[in-house]
Amino acid sequence: MRYPAQPFKRTLAALALIGLALPAMADTSVSDAWVRATVPHQQSTGAFMTLTASSDSKLVDVQSPVAEIVQVHQMTMDNDVMGMKQVHSVDLPAGKAVSLDPNGYHVMLMKLKQQIKEGEQVPLTLVIEDAKGQKQTLEVKAPVRALNAEAMHGHEHMH
Amino acid sequence: MTDLLTRRQVMAGISLLSLGVLAGCDPRSGGALDFKYGKDMSNKILGRSFKLKDTQGNPRTLSSFWGSMPMVFFGFTQCPAVCPTTLARAAQIKKLMGRDGGFLQVVFISLDPERDTPEVLDAYVKAFDPSFVALSGTLEETAAAAKEFGVFYEKVPSGDTYTISHTSTSYVFDSRGQLRLGLSHSLTAKECTEDLLTVMEVC
Repeated sequence: MRYPAQPFKRTLAALALIGLALPAMADTSVSDAWVRATVPHQQSTGAFMTLTASSDSKLVDVQSPVAEIVQVHQMTMDNDVMGMKQVHSVDLPAGKAVSLDPNGYHVMLMKLKQQIKEGEQVPLTLVIEDAKGQKQTLEVKAPVRALNAEAMHGHEHMH
Repeated sequence: MTDLLTRRQVMAGISLLSLGVLAGCDPRSGGALDFKYGKDMSNKILGRSFKLKDTQGNPRTLSSFWGSMPMVFFGFTQCPAVCPTTLARAAQIKKLMGRDGGFLQVVFISLDPERDTPEVLDAYVKAFDPSFVALSGTLEETAAAAKEFGVFYEKVPSGDTYTISHTSTSYVFDSRGQLRLGLSHSLTAKECTEDLLTVMEVC
């Protein structure tokens, strides 16, 4: 009777631990991160990626050592006029893949300290805030794609 | 007898041909074109007299591009989204056009002359295709060129710096400098190519 009980208890304990760990670490995954290459003396460029949060969260800040100013912008199209504005957060609903691409929200790296060359990797620090206001930072190394790289998603599917 | 008929037929053929060319290129006819995706702008008079400089400092006007099919797009090199995707699309269009691609002249006009130096502009457009041309001017000349095309643009302050909201249409002229086609940013390279070949059929 005692022996079978032991592994069962252990499993329970492990499950309890996982259960405790989950709400504390609202996990956000990053995929397809990339940065557009620049030509010499070009002062800004964009960073793109897909974010998926496990619980309702927000992207509230992005930092990078390659740029003096890092902002999140939203691109809008109104009557073929492209509008650009800074946003202070991007909602990441639980389980939904949110794409930061050239056709919507994207990260702007401005006042670049150096030329961004194809094949390099750009470190990005993402600050994600969950519904309880807890902040988590994510380190991403985004590969640099050619200046003329096509947007991976969206463009061909717009209509 | 047979010879005469043949000659008549040939003559008829020739006159029909020249009629077609005349009708297409004659600005008085309006020459409305049937585009599948883009906007027919044949009845609009836009962008006729802009005066800007290329990255070598040579003055350029619309007539500098006569004989080719200029596709004009306004933007700025710090633009992360619309400008690189539009220029990448233009490079793709050129490839899709095959042998006719040599006829297309992409002209990028900077809306940000304060930051877009000729050196940056030159490297920027040539990264997409070595044949692309970039033009810029003083703030006044830029404003005048944009106004002539009916292009809207405005600086949007963004922290310590700024970005620019602007019209993202590409304007296509025929080889005689008549405005023909407006291509929206949302169109694919394939769709644009079809319409550009329609422009080429006419002039």
